[in-house]
Amino acid sequence: MAESQLLEEKKSLPLLRTEELLVNMGPQHPSTHGVLKVVLTLEGERIIKSEPVLGFLHRGVEKLAETITYHQFIPHTDRLDYVCAMYNNFAYVRAVEKLLALKVPDRAEYLRTIIAEVQRIIGHLFWLGSQALDIGAMTVFFYTFRERELLLDIFDDLCGARLTTSWYRIGGVERDFTPKIIDDIYKFVADFPSKIDEYDTLLVNNRIWLARTKGIAYISAEDAVSFGLSGPTLRGSGVDYDLRKVAPYGAYDKVEWKVPLGKNGDTYDRYYIRMEEMRESTKIIKQCLDQLPEGPYLAYEPKVVIPAKDRVFTDMESMIYQFRLFTNGFNAPPGDIYCGTEAHKGELGFYIVSRGGGKPYRLKIRAPSFIHLGAFDHMAKGYMIADIVTIFGTYDIVMGECDR
Amino acid sequence: MDLMFYIVSAVITIAVVMGVVLLHVAYITYFERKILGDMQDRMGPMEVGYHGLLQPIADGLKLFFKEDIIPSGANKIIFTAAPILVLVPALIGFAVIPFGRDSLTIGPFTFNPIITDINIGILYILAFASLGAYGVLLGGWASNSKYALLGGLRSAAQVISYELPLGLALVGPILLSESLSMVKMTEAQSGGALKWFILVQPIPFFIYVISAIAETNRLPFDLPEAESELVAGFFTEYSGMRFAFFFLAEYANMILTSCIATVVFLGGWHAPHPALEFIPPILWFLAKVYCFLFFYIWIRATLPRLRFDQLMGFCWKILLPVGLANILITSIVVYWLRS
Repeated sequence: MAESQLLEEKKSLPLLRTEELLVNMGPQHPSTHGVLKVVLTLEGERIIKSEPVLGFLHRGVEKLAETITYHQFIPHTDRLDYVCAMYNNFAYVRAVEKLLALKVPDRAEYLRTIIAEVQRIIGHLFWLGSQALDIGAMTVFFYTFRERELLLDIFDDLCGARLTTSWYRIGGVERDFTPKIIDDIYKFVADFPSKIDEYDTLLVNNRIWLARTKGIAYISAEDAVSFGLSGPTLRGSGVDYDLRKVAPYGAYDKVEWKVPLGKNGDTYDRYYIRMEEMRESTKIIKQCLDQLPEGPYLAYEPKVVIPAKDRVFTDMESMIYQFRLFTNGFNAPPGDIYCGTEAHKGELGFYIVSRGGGKPYRLKIRAPSFIHLGAFDHMAKGYMIADIVTIFGTYDIVMGECDR
Repeated sequence: MDLMFYIVSAVITIAVVMGVVLLHVAYITYFERKILGDMQDRMGPMEVGYHGLLQPIADGLKLFFKEDIIPSGANKIIFTAAPILVLVPALIGFAVIPFGRDSLTIGPFTFNPIITDINIGILYILAFASLGAYGVLLGGWASNSKYALLGGLRSAAQVISYELPLGLALVGPILLSESLSMVKMTEAQSGGALKWFILVQPIPFFIYVISAIAETNRLPFDLPEAESELVAGFFTEYSGMRFAFFFLAEYANMILTSCIATVVFLGGWHAPHPALEFIPPILWFLAKVYCFLFFYIWIRATLPRLRFDQLMGFCWKILLPVGLANILITSIVVYWLRS
């Protein structure tokens, strides 16, 4: 839209010498969400072309996976999207379980779903805070971090870590909920909807917020599908595609919830969707806690699942399995498998090629942040330079996942 | 002999006013951080001194001892002059602000609560305020950085645009008080809160408040220094004391615009009711200025930032026509009342 407008402007001013301005934004710019670099071509304050430059945080995680056993790779998935370690763990262990055709106990599925949704809320809170801060509403940032803190404390009680959690295990989870954790989550879920309303009072009716988000970074439903977008970025354009509904896993098919959809495919709709998703997540968590079945939290599959620590010290058989698993790993069947999981940013997929043995032959991660950056130029073209941070924010990019 | 006494008392008045203003500038940063902290569920500065009371001094010392860096591609003379060009106009405006009513006489010296009462006081402030835009523009230009250049251009455009509605908003009260002198304008509002110009001229007051926030580059109009896209805008390349000058100028401008609002719209040093006049006028003045400053900080904690084109559209399409219409109506009413 802006290009034709600019051309007309150029024609009307034939005597003025104009020149495009090339700005290297990043990788150490304060608001490019990590080490993303974008080469911007500007005409005045308008973006003509934008070119993301990636790789500043490349760590070779996928290559690393080929040298270690399946169990040992779980902590590495924490560092992909370091804002939401739990969901990365979840996506990875699901892929491995699919490769092994391993059945996870009911209780473990519920525990996984609850923590995954808690993680989704954390991810959306983090996103909301940083997006609002980028647009200049600094107070929202502190409010969202206040609630995030409560949830991170729950993680702390659960597994001793706040960010790099590694709580999911192939075949279940590392340990069960204590009564205190269940109480804390119940308390949080009861309180949280009023907190979302509080963020809304600062933003949803704020004319400046509407002016900064409505119509910004528009993408049509067809384009969103062709670029391979997923998650709230796709649903903002009105495409009803949520892996939790399309290919249910965990306990998502056993509880009542809705998939919020946008209409206009702009930044405001994606904001609206994430706010609604937080409300839906609280519903999911509450129902899961109510339905939580009794039973084991780890599958009984001694050749695959790491045995419980107390048994390793007392039981000969468990000790042997422990030794086998940590020296050779388990023997995965040959074949290749793709498993996508709906993380809060979009579809987080793991593609594993196995040729038997304890280590993957090849492991490829489909990171939503990386795929979303492919649509960056398409979505940023024609907007003002002030919108660029809004556009960064609306994807919810984490560079750790993008560069891997 | 009289002349000498006069000069000495004038110099002392200037020193006291500048000292007090700079002290307030330093401590308004502390109040801002404390109030923002309170609104955002956190503490604000707590470490330096009792409840962080010495924080502004620590910050000042830190900036003072920082290495003074001039970027290699920068124009040295303009780069050095720009911070001074911003700070001086911000401070010089305080010369015509009447802080109180009563003069203080000690022996042969007479100290007035105003440095000088010139009969074009408000024009003088507006004239000097416009000079500040040069400092910002030149500072951005001389830094030889694209972010600073964009910030400087934005700032120049913004300050020049918003000076128009700011000036227009002040015309109404000038018409009513029939004077450009700050003291006369204050005196025209004597006799309780009902006589204050905010009640007679509410629309210009709102225009003034909005334009003043834009003039001082504060949220939601802080585009020249929008840290999310332009790093720090026109002072991206500045560090140490030069950075402190820009910083001081921003807060001095905040206080100056608050003082003008107090004098022009909120009755200056007058008490809201004659029965409350036992409280010294200077305290009333300070209380009003601080209410206004609190409003600045409150706005900052609440609102997101506008985009550049929205900001300019708002100025030229809304504020300017409303300001002009107000002048027209006010002059007709004033003419009709007097004839």
